[in-house]
Amino acid sequence: MLNGSTQKLTSNSQVAEIKSGKFMKELKKNKVLLIMLMPAVIYFFLFCYIPMGGVILAFKNYNYSAGIFGSPFVGISNFKYFFLSGKAFEVTKNTVLYNVAFIIVNTTLQVGMAILISEVSKKTFKKFAQSAMFLPYFISWVVVSVIAYNLLNAGNGAINSILSSIGISKINFYDKPGAWPFILVFASAWKSIGYGTVIYLAAITGIDTEIYEAAKIDGANIFQRIFKITIPCLKPTVVILTLLAIGGIFRGDFQMFYQLIGNDGVLYHATDVIDTFTFRSLIQSGEVGMSAAAGLYQSVFCFITIMVTNYLVKRYDSEQSLF
Amino acid sequence: MKKTLDEKVFGLICYIVMTIVALLCLVPFLLVVISSLTDEQEIIKRGFSLFPHKLSLAAYKFALKDPLIIIRAYGVTISVTVLGTLVALLAVSMTSYVLQRKDFAWRNKFSFYIYFTTLFNGGLVPYYIFMIRYLHMKNNLLALILPLMLNAFNIILMRSYLSSIPTALIEAARIDGAGDFQIYWKIILPLAKPALATIGLFIALGYWNDWYSCMLFIDNDKLFTLQYYLYRMVNGAEAMRTISTTAGGKIGSQTALPSEALKMALTVIVTGPILLLYPFVQRYFVSGLTVGAVKQ
Repeated sequence: MLNGSTQKLTSNSQVAEIKSGKFMKELKKNKVLLIMLMPAVIYFFLFCYIPMGGVILAFKNYNYSAGIFGSPFVGISNFKYFFLSGKAFEVTKNTVLYNVAFIIVNTTLQVGMAILISEVSKKTFKKFAQSAMFLPYFISWVVVSVIAYNLLNAGNGAINSILSSIGISKINFYDKPGAWPFILVFASAWKSIGYGTVIYLAAITGIDTEIYEAAKIDGANIFQRIFKITIPCLKPTVVILTLLAIGGIFRGDFQMFYQLIGNDGVLYHATDVIDTFTFRSLIQSGEVGMSAAAGLYQSVFCFITIMVTNYLVKRYDSEQSLF
Repeated sequence: MKKTLDEKVFGLICYIVMTIVALLCLVPFLLVVISSLTDEQEIIKRGFSLFPHKLSLAAYKFALKDPLIIIRAYGVTISVTVLGTLVALLAVSMTSYVLQRKDFAWRNKFSFYIYFTTLFNGGLVPYYIFMIRYLHMKNNLLALILPLMLNAFNIILMRSYLSSIPTALIEAARIDGAGDFQIYWKIILPLAKPALATIGLFIALGYWNDWYSCMLFIDNDKLFTLQYYLYRMVNGAEAMRTISTTAGGKIGSQTALPSEALKMALTVIVTGPILLLYPFVQRYFVSGLTVGAVKQ
């Protein structure tokens, strides 16, 4: 590397010459490495960077024959349409509130279960419980939606057959928007509890057992040991994982919302997130411009929240920050 | 050491709570299996239940009368999963190897190029239009493989694993005359086996459970993946009627079709075989997650 003072002494053309010489040398030296990188470089260019450039669609009136770049510009009318429809506020609110609920409920449950598992001494029971909890992580959201249908549908759902057998009238859940925040939070917790528990359990295993023994000798009971040792020791992991989750707060879990709600219009105002809204506008109503505008709006917010949370992570623990 | 009273009380709480949570996770699966074996008339009259009065295999007979559709969906999913996972592992490990080579001057630039894709993306619309209109991915098997192949997280994970391999090993191989690719193929890949296994499992699970790419890009039913096939069957009365006609039933004779039990039977047929694998691969997932958590 040239240092600052020599760079100032040489003229611009010389710098360029040295730089290009260095460039060619690097190129030659790393020929094989660069060839090995090419598949990934091309992949991300095709599937990430070109679509990134495609966000100009949000400012265009797309027509199929003209393509992405040939379609005429229409300024910000797509955004106007999106915001004036009243949908923008509703789907943003739903996305953020659901994610906040998921973060709070899932983190609490996962930390709680990890602590319980770590205190159980019987190995076989431990293994059984952990395997059972991890099972939902293993299946697709399609199967989860079948399970939800089995439990919840109005005519013959399992919950309704229990209700009617004890003399309570049946509830049509797919007709009751108010029930869905609870159902969705439950579904999210159900699917992710095994996964999260494993991560927190790993953090607990890392705690020095001598601390526990010392506390025990000093007369601390098990509840004091959990609240005074385990939970404070887990705090860094919880803070980091929560911050990372907050980074994705504007991104709805499309697979979950789409599979559980489907195209049930009655539930939209309680359950529609940005991702499902964008998808429906594109695939079902063919409103390409507005849908692209909603997508860009979401991407910008995601970018900002990730930058902010990463800054916070960096301040909290620079080792853990993503960049 | 003898257990004190508070430990006994807490131990009891642990067992009770964990048993409840474990049951909450397992019972829904049991419910689906039992429902698939329940007589259709009983489902209509009394609803799905864990304790049915009358069992029946009718739904399975219906579902398997013409097994070709299901076998084909299995074929698509298995080929996409195997092919996709192998190619993905090759690409992930090769990229990660180059990016962790400390003597490669541009590694930070390329790392950022890959990392940036997790910060910003163009959203669904440009991606969808680019895939369909410019890459001609409609009804193309590649549309099921490519979207899930590479992502920055797997590369970061693999790179941090590979950077734990001592540089001296690479130096020694270079002195012995090995080229960059040879070092990767003969030294790095064998050493990376544990990481390849866990990352491979996660990639494979992603492929196996994928229905989204299939919904976006495939409308030829010969190319449907298992999950998307299940989604179509469960959600479309129309699809149900197709199976009843191909299975030899008469159109309109809805009474003959055990549609509710059939939905559950199809779910079991689609999910069952992979759940049998679950006990064997579960511990790899757990160890993989733990490695990731510690490494990151």
